[in-house]
Amino acid sequence: MTPSVTELAVTADDHRIARLATAAIVLTVAEAAIPLPLPGVKPGLANIVTLIVLSRYGWRDAAWVTLLRVLAGSLLLGQFLAPGFFLSFSGALCSLGALGLAVHLPRRWFGPVSHSVIAAFAHICGQLLIARVWLVPHDGVFYLAPVFFTAALVFGLINGLVASRLLIELDSDPVPPRPPA
Amino acid sequence: MLFPRLAQLRPWLVHLRAGDWLVMALGCAACVGATVLLWQGDVPDKAIVRAGGKVVAEVSLSTPRFIEVDGPIGKTRIEIQPGRARVASDPGPRQYCVRQGWLTRGGAVAICAPNHVSLTLSGRKNEHDTISY
Repeated sequence: MTPSVTELAVTADDHRIARLATAAIVLTVAEAAIPLPLPGVKPGLANIVTLIVLSRYGWRDAAWVTLLRVLAGSLLLGQFLAPGFFLSFSGALCSLGALGLAVHLPRRWFGPVSHSVIAAFAHICGQLLIARVWLVPHDGVFYLAPVFFTAALVFGLINGLVASRLLIELDSDPVPPRPPA
Repeated sequence: MLFPRLAQLRPWLVHLRAGDWLVMALGCAACVGATVLLWQGDVPDKAIVRAGGKVVAEVSLSTPRFIEVDGPIGKTRIEIQPGRARVASDPGPRQYCVRQGWLTRGGAVAICAPNHVSLTLSGRKNEHDTISY
C-alpha cells in the first residue's frame, strides 16, 4: 500500500473523544429501536455519555462527542439532512449552549441531574423553535409543548441520575482506562 | 422490573443535591405553566345568541339558565350551564343544531338555519373564527 502523503497526527484526546462518541452512537441506535407514541418524545440515552464527558473532561469534549453523535447517528439511521436531523442538531446546539452556562454553577449544589434537566429543556426549546420557524410555521406546534416539557423533566431526571451514578462508579476506579498508545 | 417499589428508589436520592431539587422545581413550574397557558386558552366565558343575524342575547356562562328565541318557524330554546351551552330544542326539521350537543370551546357555533338562530361561544382570546363538525 502506498503510504499516505498527508499525515494526520492522532492525539490521545482524539482517541478518547472517538471512544466516547462511539458509546453515545451505540445508545442512539439502540434507542431508535424503542417504540415511542409521539414523535419528538424520546429518552435521549446518549446524553448520559454527554453528561459524563462534561463532568470528567469539560465542555469542549462534551461538544465534540455530542456533535459527532448527532452526525454519525443520523448517518446510521438514514436520517442525515432529513427534518429529524435538523431537529436533533438544533436541539444539540441549544443544549450544549445551556450546558456551557450550567457547568459554571457551583458543583456543591448542582450535580449531573441539574445539567441533565437544564440540557433537556434547552434541547426541546431548540427543537420547538426550529419546528415553528421551518417545519410547521404555525403556533399549533406549541400545543404539545406541555407534553414535551414533561418528557424533558422526566427523562432529564432519569438520565441525570444514571450519569451521576456512573460517575461515582468511574471515580472509584483509580486509573481511568487509557487508550492504547 | 418496570415499576420498582419506592424503597428501591432510595439509593438514587444521594445523587440529588440541593440545586438539583431547585432545577427540578423550576422544571415542574415550566410544565404546569405551559399546560395552563397553552391548554386552557380557549375556555369560553360567554354565549352569544343571534336571531335573523342580530344579537338578541349575550350572557355569561356562569349561571345556568334557559333562553327562548322566536324565529320564523317557532321557538328555539337555548340552555346555558357553567362553562357550556347547547340548543336544547328547535323547530327545525333536521335538528342539526340540537344534535351538536354541548358546546364547550371558545369559537364553537351551533346554527339552527331554518329558524335563523345561532349560538356562539366566545372566550377571552378567540383561537378560532368558528368550529363546526
